[in-house]
Amino acid sequence: MVKYGEYDLAEAQAKAFVEFQRVQKSYDGEVLVVKDLSLAIPRGEFLTLLGPSGSGKTTCLMMLAGFETATHGDIILDGVSINNIAPHKRGIGMVFQNYALFPHMTVAENLAFPLEVRKFSKSERDTKVKRALEMVQMGQFGGRRPAQLSGGQQQRVALARALLTNPKLVLMDEPLGALDKQLREHMQFEIKRIANNLGITVVYVTHDQTEALTMSDRVAVFDDGRIQQLAPPDELYESPKNSFVAQFIGENNTLEGIVKEITNGVALVQLDGGGLIDCNPVNVSKAGERTRVSIRPERVEFNKERFQPGAHTLTAEVLEFIYMGDIFRTRLRVAGNDNFIVKTRNAPDQVRLVPGAKIDIGWLPSDCRALDA
Amino acid sequence: MSYTDEHRPMMTVDGTPLKKSLAIALRRQKIRALLLISPLLIFVLFTLALIFASMLFRSVENDIVSEILPETVVALSSWDAQSGELPDETVYSAFAGDIQRAAKAKDHTRVGLRLNYEKSGMASLFKKTARKAKKWDLEADAPFKNKLIETHKGWADIAVWQTLKTHSSLYTSGYFLNSIDMRKTVSGPEYQPEDRQILVTLFKRTLIISLVITMSCILLAYPVAWLLANLPMRQANLLMILVLLPFWTSLLVRTSAWKVMLQQQGVINDLLVALGMIEETGRLALINNQLGTVIAMTHILLPFMILPMYSVMQSISPTYLRAAKSLGATNWTAFWRIYFPQSVPGIGAGSILVFILSIGYYITPEIVGGNKGVFISNRIAYHIFQSMNWGLAAALGTILLVAVLILYWAYDKIVGIDNVKLGG
Ligand SMILES: Nc1ncnc2c1ncn2[C@@H]1O[C@H](COP(=O)(O)OP(=O)(O)O)[C@@H](O)[C@H]1O
Ligand SMILES: [Mg+2]
Repeated sequence: MVKYGEYDLAEAQAKAFVEFQRVQKSYDGEVLVVKDLSLAIPRGEFLTLLGPSGSGKTTCLMMLAGFETATHGDIILDGVSINNIAPHKRGIGMVFQNYALFPHMTVAENLAFPLEVRKFSKSERDTKVKRALEMVQMGQFGGRRPAQLSGGQQQRVALARALLTNPKLVLMDEPLGALDKQLREHMQFEIKRIANNLGITVVYVTHDQTEALTMSDRVAVFDDGRIQQLAPPDELYESPKNSFVAQFIGENNTLEGIVKEITNGVALVQLDGGGLIDCNPVNVSKAGERTRVSIRPERVEFNKERFQPGAHTLTAEVLEFIYMGDIFRTRLRVAGNDNFIVKTRNAPDQVRLVPGAKIDIGWLPSDCRALDA
Repeated sequence: MSYTDEHRPMMTVDGTPLKKSLAIALRRQKIRALLLISPLLIFVLFTLALIFASMLFRSVENDIVSEILPETVVALSSWDAQSGELPDETVYSAFAGDIQRAAKAKDHTRVGLRLNYEKSGMASLFKKTARKAKKWDLEADAPFKNKLIETHKGWADIAVWQTLKTHSSLYTSGYFLNSIDMRKTVSGPEYQPEDRQILVTLFKRTLIISLVITMSCILLAYPVAWLLANLPMRQANLLMILVLLPFWTSLLVRTSAWKVMLQQQGVINDLLVALGMIEETGRLALINNQLGTVIAMTHILLPFMILPMYSVMQSISPTYLRAAKSLGATNWTAFWRIYFPQSVPGIGAGSILVFILSIGYYITPEIVGGNKGVFISNRIAYHIFQSMNWGLAAALGTILLVAVLILYWAYDKIVGIDNVKLGG
């Protein structure tokens, strides 16, 4: 699939299928819900808008679908500005959070609806509906009303309905939000499989970071009406560009301090709770700046033999050891932070730390990112 | 989904059929629900049900004649009413005895009034006869055939005796026949004379005008309810107050206000004349006719249409319209195929409410309806308060009740009663 190392707007725009150009949106004329959004989505990409509730994800999707108008800026679909195209002429498939299956129609009638408004003949409708139901393994449910289906089944029907007219672009607004965990994971896989098979472009909205990471080609992390970072999942997880993203994606340990010096691309940080560490200066440029340092729990090392020679280490006190089956989760007190987590793999030779023990911890300077305070 | 063999019912773990256990579980729920509504149920049973029962009874009850003129009724039973001859002396002397006793007990006016519903002139016939009968000596003054005919020549009229005989049974279908402009005669039911035929016309008019009122309420209420359900909270609240405003003033005041508005020298006519849209001589007749009834009642019943529609529309999520449009439907198709069908339960509930309220309405047609715009209820009121013909009033009321039930049943058959919703 499409993959970008560092996101290159110019390159992306060149093959963009959907494009937001400096889009702003305000509902009340006072607050900007979407602030200066520029985003280019190439054909066939599975892009996820991820962010906390109220960050403007749905608003973006609604502008793309045509149910809200952008206060400022252009939205381009396949090379054409769609600001003045009515929603029903945009040819965009859509899956809503509560499925929006028409309650007064049967499943089959729901599926036939988009074909009917396009004036397909009865026999054509029947074959297409049948095929669509089979695609989502709902063959025998055509005669039922939506209320007689489970959440997962409704979800499948909604998906089939959105895909029935072969839209090139499909929007999904938290489509799995109402399902339980197991079903959600299953449907994530299912949606991804169908999207891949059909080669459609998907803009997917969720506030669940695991969902975003597992499904997407790229994820746009939203906060406060802005894209905080737009990157493929691995890059997002391993190289968060600011402390919001670091905090929002995955589990994260944070230590606060002041930059003492930056030499050879390594920042030396004096922690507020005492101690010196080496960091990768991501969002800091000069000595004296305050910073928030971020380290992933699985990148923390306490086996002295694996420490890098000459690197700074910190002392820590073990507070709690939790056995979680595949991993061990250990809570430490580090530089005044009582919630410093270390995750280790449950391997035969793995050390099980004992509460009360004093240990030294360290990490690769590149894994320790000095971000904005 | 797995389906069990059709011929073998599903069993619960202890071996009872699943259907049976389910029925038991549901019965418990039903009993609890019944207990909850029991205070209201008892109240309704003891009041409404009693009223209905007494109304039904009154509409067929007919014991006045046999109670006040018992011997006459017995004597008349052997008289062939269609023989074309007057009854013989037995009947006349039995009647003389009865009327004398009635006159002394002052009961003669009751029976006279009762028979007057059937044949005019009966009331005065009984009054005059009773006055004289008080002085008779039943032994000495016999025979009575000629004496009665002397007293009033009405007693030589076969039709008088036929009326007496026809209406002497304890129960009668006469009131119901009257209700549909027919009457009971010795030779079976026949139509009332032209000049007394009014009730069927009134029934038809009541139904038709009520339908017109219901339709105009639907047309006026739908957009308002839609606005109410889709405006932002603050504006919707304001609009809601406007909708409910009429409830804050008395019905009588509102109806009278329409009288002021609509009469020939009224506000609307004045305005139209002032604007030059009509001539001074060509003022419109907007009141004291059916138009007046339709206008005033539509206004008065409108909230009863708006409120159920609103509460149904409020529960229709706007995402359905969006979903329809995203599937390629135009605004109109999305509305007509997706929104409208979901709002039908509201229309149904509102229509039933307005229609039923309307066919029983009394005050407004009375005030603004004139002669041409009154309803069957006004006639019922007339028979209760003025002609004192309670039997006929009860029969009319019963027919009205049955008509409502039939309409309700028809609605259930056509639209389905579970398609009536008063809320989400
Ligand atoms: N129709 C609307 N009218 C006014 N404000 C709205 C409307 N829809 C959303 N908002 C506001 O816009 C902000 C972003 O909402 P939304 O796009 O739904 O966020 P998200 O989908 O990320 O949770 C929220 O603060 C919300 O209150
Ligand atoms: Mg949302």
